[in-house]
Amino acid sequence: MLDLFKFKGGVKPPSNKTQSVGKPIALAPLPSRLIVPLHQSIGGTPRPLVQVGDRVLKGQMIGEADGWISAAVHAPTSGTVVAVEMHPQPHPSGLTALCVVIEPDGQETWIERQPLDYRSLAPEAVRERLQQAGVVGLGGAVFPTHGKLSASRTVPMEELVINGAECEPYITCDDLLMRERAEEVVRGIGLFRDLLQPKKVLIGIEDNKPEAVAALAAAVRAAGEDFAVVAVPTRYPAGGAKQLIRVLTGKEVPAAKRSTDLGVQCFNVATAYTAWRAIAHGEPLLSRLVTLTGNVHEPRNYEVLIGTPMDELLALAQPNPDTDGIIMGGPMMGFLVPDRRAPVVKATNCLIAHSPRLFPPAPPEMPCIRCGECARACPHELQPFEMYWFARAKNFGKTQEYNIFDCIECGCCSYVCPSRIPLVQYFRFAKSEIWARERDKNAADGAKERFEFKQLRDEREKAEKAEKLAKAAAAQAAKKAAEAAAAEAAAVSAEAAPLAADTAPAGAAPTGTTASPPAAPAPTDAEAAKRATIEAAMERARAQRAAAQPRNTEALSPARQAEISAIEARREAAAPPDENAP
Amino acid sequence: MTELLLAIAVMALGALVLGAALGYASIRFKVEGDPLIEKIESVLPQTQCGQCGYPGCRPYAEAISKGEAEINLCPPGGLEGVQKLADLLGREVKPLEVEARPPQVAVIDENTCIGCTLCIQACPVDAIVGAAKQMHTIVAPLCTGCELCLPPCPVECIAMVPIGETLDNWKWKYPVIAIQPVATRKAA
Repeated sequence: MLDLFKFKGGVKPPSNKTQSVGKPIALAPLPSRLIVPLHQSIGGTPRPLVQVGDRVLKGQMIGEADGWISAAVHAPTSGTVVAVEMHPQPHPSGLTALCVVIEPDGQETWIERQPLDYRSLAPEAVRERLQQAGVVGLGGAVFPTHGKLSASRTVPMEELVINGAECEPYITCDDLLMRERAEEVVRGIGLFRDLLQPKKVLIGIEDNKPEAVAALAAAVRAAGEDFAVVAVPTRYPAGGAKQLIRVLTGKEVPAAKRSTDLGVQCFNVATAYTAWRAIAHGEPLLSRLVTLTGNVHEPRNYEVLIGTPMDELLALAQPNPDTDGIIMGGPMMGFLVPDRRAPVVKATNCLIAHSPRLFPPAPPEMPCIRCGECARACPHELQPFEMYWFARAKNFGKTQEYNIFDCIECGCCSYVCPSRIPLVQYFRFAKSEIWARERDKNAADGAKERFEFKQLRDEREKAEKAEKLAKAAAAQAAKKAAEAAAAEAAAVSAEAAPLAADTAPAGAAPTGTTASPPAAPAPTDAEAAKRATIEAAMERARAQRAAAQPRNTEALSPARQAEISAIEARREAAAPPDENAP
Repeated sequence: MTELLLAIAVMALGALVLGAALGYASIRFKVEGDPLIEKIESVLPQTQCGQCGYPGCRPYAEAISKGEAEINLCPPGGLEGVQKLADLLGREVKPLEVEARPPQVAVIDENTCIGCTLCIQACPVDAIVGAAKQMHTIVAPLCTGCELCLPPCPVECIAMVPIGETLDNWKWKYPVIAIQPVATRKAA
């Protein structure tokens, strides 16, 4: 037998689980319409792939995963998409989010399912398939499962912890799953084991579920596996991942670290079951087990399609007339759903019909007497009374010094508080306020960076423009200077040319040249230059004219060519070149 | 007499040594810039909107540190920002000069946009993308809601839209216990 460890704190609320375990899992009937939210997991919001009017098949992907930490969403049944719109969510805020509304056709026509043997696939392919199948953690955190199935490169994988503790009162869906579908749970655990290659696999189940322990142990034996099925003492919150890891392995996950840093990974039993269905049967995550309990006649566990409206679902359990609300999750960590039309999502493990008789209204908060009960109950060994003090005063820096982000919001402190202070509400408020500030701070830093870059760019552009202008002005000046120089040179050559013409035909003695005075005296220099440029221009024009082919002299007939030649010859004869004239 | 001279010499020597040490320290540990400006600037929201009358958050921070500007000129920072500045500078909290607006983001009506690039040039934080004669659009997560793009637009196709509450930016509220008369509580 395995030596178990203890976690500090915790409470023992009345479990209220017996009501809903009496009957086997039932299949919830097809609702009138299914409202499937696109964002059902941690990470990026999937992009919708369908439009209004599209016909979808059961298991068809309707939302594509956006990024690696994100999971796809599928049509839970066959039917027609009647809307892609904002719809109230099962969230304490009661805000809306984008949902695909499907009207079922009752046929339940599946897409083509592809059962696979995962042993023949590369681990990457299995992870990708799990993402495509929308498999997420069904314990409540809905973290995409494929993201947890890559073994760390630096830390060797020691233990794989499978969480079947289900410590929260009222909830029994994991219990029933383990009792009825133990074989597939074990196969799913085998899949995780093969991907992560841990040294040990530990399945933790609270000892108030002996049937589940027996069923799972039998399934493990039947499968020939060496998983250890361990009954852990019943104490809330033994099902918290960090608490269960502590109880089973004795390892305590430090603040701001993950269990993988210690070589431990943790999955819920329902996640293992769903992963196995996705790989071995090709069935994406379309339904999950939901406990219907609380103020109802017929508490029971149902297999419910994702997207079933909560009011329609709860009607199956025949709620008593004084029911005035629905709690999603358990009484410790759950919340009152603001709008009963909200759909069941992947995170919905339990719906409790709320009535004032069952859950009397919270008595008024009284001053903190610093008795320290909350610190004794805290399973994370925090000091809730200190955090409360600072959260109440909105001194968020101090709350962080007291490690408010290690709080798992289990509600033990509020449960034991003799002054009935809703401590967890203060901590939630402080946490979301700190996150919002962090976001604002990052946005401000980004804006500042971009502003400074823009200023730098503007200045650089200005400098570049000025430089360009300066360069252009310099080029202009240089060009002018060059022209002036060229003109001077031309003037000189123009002076030289008539000189040569004078001397050469005369055939005079070399002394004659020296004797003849320079033609252009200094004052007429500018004039000469001007004349020279004019001459040069005329020369250019002449050259151009010569170069230009007359347009009408192409493709002439030989006769016409001969005629032209004759005319040219006549012209030559009639007008002798003027150089020869003198 | 020699004792007196010795005493003077010792004191002078001490003064020289200490003076040299201080002089060295003032060069070695010189603080570049005014650290107060950095602190003030980190409190300001960096919208670069110019509503304070200064061309950006840094100039406003400089003006505050010199004592030229009041601390209540920044509407995007809100009363909370004024409070922080007051704490930092030891000044008194004053109500904002201009009413603080809820957070907002600019939206370009892309059917009306003529692609003149004037708003792109006006945007202090490079949150508008587009090119000449091409449609422009605003990168919403980068927009600080400063409204500087509104005046240059020749076709008035830019509108400011308040940022609503979504599941992504929703916050838990401060716990409030509703006060109810004893009679109704008894009745319930």
